[in-house]
Amino acid sequence: MFPEEVLEHVFSFLNSHTDRNTASLVCKSWYEMERWCRKRVFIGNCYAVNPRVVIRRFPEVKSVELKGKPHFADFNLVPEGWGGYVYPWIVEIARAYPWLEEIRLKRMVVTDECLEIVAKSFRNFRVLVLESCEGFSTDGLAAVAANCRNLRVLDLRECEVEELSGHWLSHFPDSFTSLESLNMACLGSEVSFSALERLVARSPNLKTLRLNRTVPIEKLSTLLQRAPQLVDFGTGAYSAEIRQDVYSRLADAFSRSKNLKSLSGFWDVTPAYLPAIYSVCSQLTSLNLSYAATRSPDLTKIVSQCYNLQRLVVLDYIEDTGLNTVSMSCKDLRELVVFPSDPFVGEVDVLLTEQGLVSVSQGCSKLQSVLYFCHQMSNSALISISKNRPNLTCFRLCIIEPRVPDYVTHEPLDVGFGSIVENCKQLTRLSMSGLLTDRVFEYIGTHAKNLDMLSIAFAGDSDLGLHHVLSGCDSLRKLEIRDCPFGDKALLANASKLEKMRSLWMSSCLVSFGACKLLGQKMPGLNVEVIDERENVNSLPEYVPVEKVYIYRTVSGQRFDTPDFVRIMGKDKDDLFSDKGLKVAVLFCSNFGTFRPCCCTRSRSL
Amino acid sequence: MATEGLGLEMTELRLGLPGGGGGEKKEKKRVLLDILGGDDGGGGKNRNTGVAVGWPPVCSYRKRAIIKMYVKVSMDGAPFLRKIDINGFKGYSDFIRALENLFGLGDECEYTPIYEDKDGDWMLVGDVPWEMFTETCKRLRMKKRV
Repeated sequence: MFPEEVLEHVFSFLNSHTDRNTASLVCKSWYEMERWCRKRVFIGNCYAVNPRVVIRRFPEVKSVELKGKPHFADFNLVPEGWGGYVYPWIVEIARAYPWLEEIRLKRMVVTDECLEIVAKSFRNFRVLVLESCEGFSTDGLAAVAANCRNLRVLDLRECEVEELSGHWLSHFPDSFTSLESLNMACLGSEVSFSALERLVARSPNLKTLRLNRTVPIEKLSTLLQRAPQLVDFGTGAYSAEIRQDVYSRLADAFSRSKNLKSLSGFWDVTPAYLPAIYSVCSQLTSLNLSYAATRSPDLTKIVSQCYNLQRLVVLDYIEDTGLNTVSMSCKDLRELVVFPSDPFVGEVDVLLTEQGLVSVSQGCSKLQSVLYFCHQMSNSALISISKNRPNLTCFRLCIIEPRVPDYVTHEPLDVGFGSIVENCKQLTRLSMSGLLTDRVFEYIGTHAKNLDMLSIAFAGDSDLGLHHVLSGCDSLRKLEIRDCPFGDKALLANASKLEKMRSLWMSSCLVSFGACKLLGQKMPGLNVEVIDERENVNSLPEYVPVEKVYIYRTVSGQRFDTPDFVRIMGKDKDDLFSDKGLKVAVLFCSNFGTFRPCCCTRSRSL
Repeated sequence: MATEGLGLEMTELRLGLPGGGGGEKKEKKRVLLDILGGDDGGGGKNRNTGVAVGWPPVCSYRKRAIIKMYVKVSMDGAPFLRKIDINGFKGYSDFIRALENLFGLGDECEYTPIYEDKDGDWMLVGDVPWEMFTETCKRLRMKKRV
């Protein structure tokens, strides 16, 4: 038996949450030891556990990371008002962790009141990252700026912020010099440029600066000169009348930014200003041009100089020719993202096909992660990609038109995706599209043993498809499905699998009210949320399919902050013991690694 | 590959088409009906572009930033039409204000905004969630209140 100090020292090397969770299951003393020295907590679903339970278990936390709404909320499939409120968490952690340093939230509703509590409660607060959050205004930001004396990171990624004024930035006091990272790209309102310039000038540790659209291109050189130590820079609107003096100053400023490794921004690009970045291209490891509506020749000239690029995010304007250049020039590429410039228009005038992706898969041996939007795909292209790049870990393909077959053979794309899961044995994330039958799910269930997250749309023929996935994918934790003919049978037959996953989303499928109720009754460790906005929803018979169902495991029972279009099924006392004599038998508490048989009760203490 | 079922195959759960005897009203955009109804598989005959909400999966932040969705706006009595980018607004209130500015309309608005959706029906602006509106609106009309 090791003394506590030795164990604690050993645990200090365990940084991943999974490792820490595993260590805590070894024995009671390791569990005790680990919980006292855990500094960072990650809660993948804010409704999976109560804040008080977390606080009771981990008393010395310095960093909290929470996620709220399901992923499909990004595509407007989760109606407004569904939930994901961070307020109850903020109140509890403000009371329990006065020395908290970091808060990271994703897809949560954050109010100004929450931000004010954060600003006033934590004396050593350092990092605030809000990704895809909403519910707050620039007033909340002002409170953070004014009160967080030791703030290092303020990172707002793709948030919906109510813009009351740009003055929030001016609330950082003159004595505030600790800023390391500022990402305000998602804000629409103009901030005082002189306040911004002064802030940058007095922040010697500033490494990341991502501006918003309102900062004009003429001012960029000033900021770059103030912060030659910048590593990550996001421009504002990259457009202006072509003026030689503005261009020269900008090009000069970029050439002096010897530490720059990452560039982004580039809204409303005036192509003539793009060559100003040429001098830094060879330094770049990350380049995001996905807001630059500029054509292939301009984009190709840039990427051809990015020899050290590891991450490229770009619009389909790059076309196959541009991607061919990437495959020849960017030999260190790890991640490729190609977004559509005009996904809602029928006609295609952009020459980006499956060929672009095939070239990159051939030329870039380190490619691990792909997100690709295109209009056509073939099984042979997918097979080539899988054979070229068996080291892929994330493959997300979106063929814009639903249910489109192999454009050469007119067959489903089952074999192509099957090849991806068979050859890419380390694949942890997969999104599919195009015409797909139950066969592809058989391949996935058979081969995709490391798959952690799967996204399916407009695919499959029957419940067998869903059954293959739920029964075969041993590592699956997140499954999201829309518009597929999957229903009750597969879901109920694999009910216990759902407790081993974080969540399952199904919308516009064939899951009935009755099945949801049954699942909710049988599985007290799951919340089965039916999200249905139809007016007559209460009078629909039980065999009618629900609009949307979101099922997630939880140790905190049902939540009580639901709007009227969300029903948590099967949790009413009357439902628990129905005429058919269905009673709940076993409760599996996976967090503690023990089987604890007990009766189903609504409130559970741990 | 254990299939830990709950013996529920024995329970009789009937699956029927939505609305089977339940008196369910006709849904506007049920892609589900497309799947259950006249889906002839095989070819790309079911062109769902723009009918399914949230497809293709481009997040609203990006849609607003990059994708311009100019639609024509007519006003009863005006000699020419205008165009407005419906993707450039965060919600109905911004949008209505912009529409009013476009035609120089004051507070006392004698006009009701209506729009033609992908099915060709004329709908009142404001009923559906904003995002759904941006994805299904084809053209707008400022209809004079009678």
